[in-house]
Amino acid sequence: MGTSTSISDISSSDMGFSVTKVNPDDKVIALAGNPNVGKSSVFNQLTGLKQHTGNWPGKTVTNAQGICSYNGQNYIMVDLPGTYSLMAHSQEEETARDFLCFGNPDAAVIVCDATCIERNLNLVLQTLEITSKAVVCVNLMDEAKKHGVNVDLEKLSSRLGVPVVGTVARKGEGLEKLMDSIHDVLTEDRQPFIIRYIKPVEAALEIITPVLSDKFAGRNISLRWAALRLLEGEETLVKSMSQYLGTDINSDADIQTVISEAWRLLAENGIEKERLCDIIVSCIVLTAEDICVGSVSCSDSEYRVLDRRADKLLTSRLTGIPVMVLLLCIVFWITLSGANIPSEMLSTAFTSLEKILLNACIRAGFPEIIYKPVIFGIYHVLTWVIAVMLPPMAIFFPLFTILEDLGYLPRVAFNLDKCFKKCSACGKQALTMCLGFGCNAAGIVGCRIIDSPRERLIAILTNCFVPCNGKFPSLISIITMFFVISGAGILRSLSSAFILTAVVLLGVFMTFAASKILSQTVLKGHPSSFTLELPPYRRPDFGNILVRSVLDRTLFILGRAVSVAAPAGLVIWLFANVYIGDLTLLQHCSGFLDPFARVIGLDGTILFAFILGSPANEIVVPLIIMSYMSGGTITEASGLWQLKQLLVQNGWTWVTAVNMMLFSLMHWPCTTTLLTIKKETGSIKWTFLSLVIPTLFGIMSCFLFTSIVRLFQAVLP
Amino acid sequence: MNNVFALTELEEGRRATVGRLLSDGAIRRRLQDIGLIEGTRIECIMKSPGGDPIAYLIRGAVIALRNEDSDNILVSV
Repeated sequence: MGTSTSISDISSSDMGFSVTKVNPDDKVIALAGNPNVGKSSVFNQLTGLKQHTGNWPGKTVTNAQGICSYNGQNYIMVDLPGTYSLMAHSQEEETARDFLCFGNPDAAVIVCDATCIERNLNLVLQTLEITSKAVVCVNLMDEAKKHGVNVDLEKLSSRLGVPVVGTVARKGEGLEKLMDSIHDVLTEDRQPFIIRYIKPVEAALEIITPVLSDKFAGRNISLRWAALRLLEGEETLVKSMSQYLGTDINSDADIQTVISEAWRLLAENGIEKERLCDIIVSCIVLTAEDICVGSVSCSDSEYRVLDRRADKLLTSRLTGIPVMVLLLCIVFWITLSGANIPSEMLSTAFTSLEKILLNACIRAGFPEIIYKPVIFGIYHVLTWVIAVMLPPMAIFFPLFTILEDLGYLPRVAFNLDKCFKKCSACGKQALTMCLGFGCNAAGIVGCRIIDSPRERLIAILTNCFVPCNGKFPSLISIITMFFVISGAGILRSLSSAFILTAVVLLGVFMTFAASKILSQTVLKGHPSSFTLELPPYRRPDFGNILVRSVLDRTLFILGRAVSVAAPAGLVIWLFANVYIGDLTLLQHCSGFLDPFARVIGLDGTILFAFILGSPANEIVVPLIIMSYMSGGTITEASGLWQLKQLLVQNGWTWVTAVNMMLFSLMHWPCTTTLLTIKKETGSIKWTFLSLVIPTLFGIMSCFLFTSIVRLFQAVLP
Repeated sequence: MNNVFALTELEEGRRATVGRLLSDGAIRRRLQDIGLIEGTRIECIMKSPGGDPIAYLIRGAVIALRNEDSDNILVSV
């Protein structure tokens, strides 16, 4: 692509619009669009930024900004949350609308899905009511073609009165033309489409607009649009409008007089408030329908038939749930069997490197106090984290991204919604759970796609029940050490995958249980209505997936883990080597925790490792190992078999291993996640609760399991 | 044309025309936003494993609705 793109400034603002201009003559371009139309792809291509994209609605949850330079002009692109409308029924719609209306963008680009233009035109028409400086970007042209949809861009453009550009954003097609069109609308004056409402409404508008044109003279606001919204009288908007215009509309006698007058006229025609809203929406929808007649044609294609067939398999009563579990199992199986060998190779390499480093240090005459903490503390934990985390992540994330790109995740939400409804929660919680597999903090930010505040809180508070990527390595290593039959490779990895799937399903079950309890206690309420879009399946772009999932996700998460692992390694080494009296600091701490830990079938060392591992879950197992090794029995444990010996010597049985997995699955969220929860909920109370709930579940599960086993062991000799 | 029933009753693969929306508040607006107004053609595409929600084809997009909500959408064949 010929556009020269550069990143100079990234800043994201949640609700406020702190657009950062580099030069005063930079142009601010708002990027609006329905959810899941490839808006983020357009944004990424234009700005060179990596906004996460995938085939499910609602990924852009904060508005991101990036700079695109084209023909010597800087454009600041502001990626707004995906919305169906600007009538503001949700936080996202309000953000999008407020930015378009009051954020003073120089122009707006409305990204549409070429496969369902008519529905997308609703937002286009609403945007055109606000601003005439707009370009319609019809994205996913390739998908439309495949699905037998033919879009006449020129006809659309002449009907809408603004440029209409067809693009395939993920391949970068059509984006230069888009930038040219943006340039055009910035320099030319156009007469965009005006939505005509029925006569009484038009008459009412004629009463209000003259007064507004006096009041708002010189202000950058569409009078027709403002008049309509004042008629509707929606409180939050009137407030934002008052703020923007600097006059309190509610106490402005002139404006209030004409509004009452207009309402009298409407009432004479039998139109009350609810009816007016209906009329406005209906007029827009019908206008969209009209515009599409003759400019968008659709023929049934085999792709639509294929889509329906895939849906039959993936969501039907008989196969929907089993296929879902099977897919999960397959993903784990590929991850486990693929990661085994590279993990072992890395681990062997790191062990030999350690010997070399150790010898070098000794030969160079470094004092013990320097090289011991560095090698036995930092290096040990660091290399464990890399060896154990990197290979599975590098396999898991691309696989997951493929499912995401295909459009499978909304189907998961579709399948599971009934269960969520029974827990008085929202089906979209399934999407945030899927995000949680990668990182709970990401899952929690993703909860913004849930409209009802009550249901959003439930989703936030229970997100940690899905094991994130940091927990997988611990789970996998324990499964491999204690529960996998030794033997042929395929059987081994298959049985690991089964157990891991079972653990994850337990987490899902606990999510439902916790959601149900929450919605019957502190977050009482009924399930609210929701609409869930099931987008057409798309063929994933494999090259893009590899780059994105490896660079954006794997390395990002690994980087975070590593930055935590190094200091934690040092801390645990110090704990294990600083003596107070006869005992090390570590022995004091784990000794203190030990009595309680024993009750729930763990031991003090394990519990202490979980506490120290709060910054990142992936370091829990290496911390346990290091603590045991400092106890002195084995000083070197590289292979998993040796590790198992070490654990067994420290009193581990299969019961300890099960408890360890239960507690891994259910304990307090990592600190990053907690901070994110605090930010998202803005409340200490909810953050605290999000810490307490999974911890209690974990303690209870371990206690119950241990007690039952002990009971059996007591009864059966 | 006077055979009016709730959208939930519409069988898989069958089409109908939307009559009245009985719901109100936010969900009424949301339904209208996705193009569900009087006269809209709608097709029942598939039911989820539990029979709720059900996915419908509305103006070219497949959208799942919970049965409580589709109970409040009157359609006719």
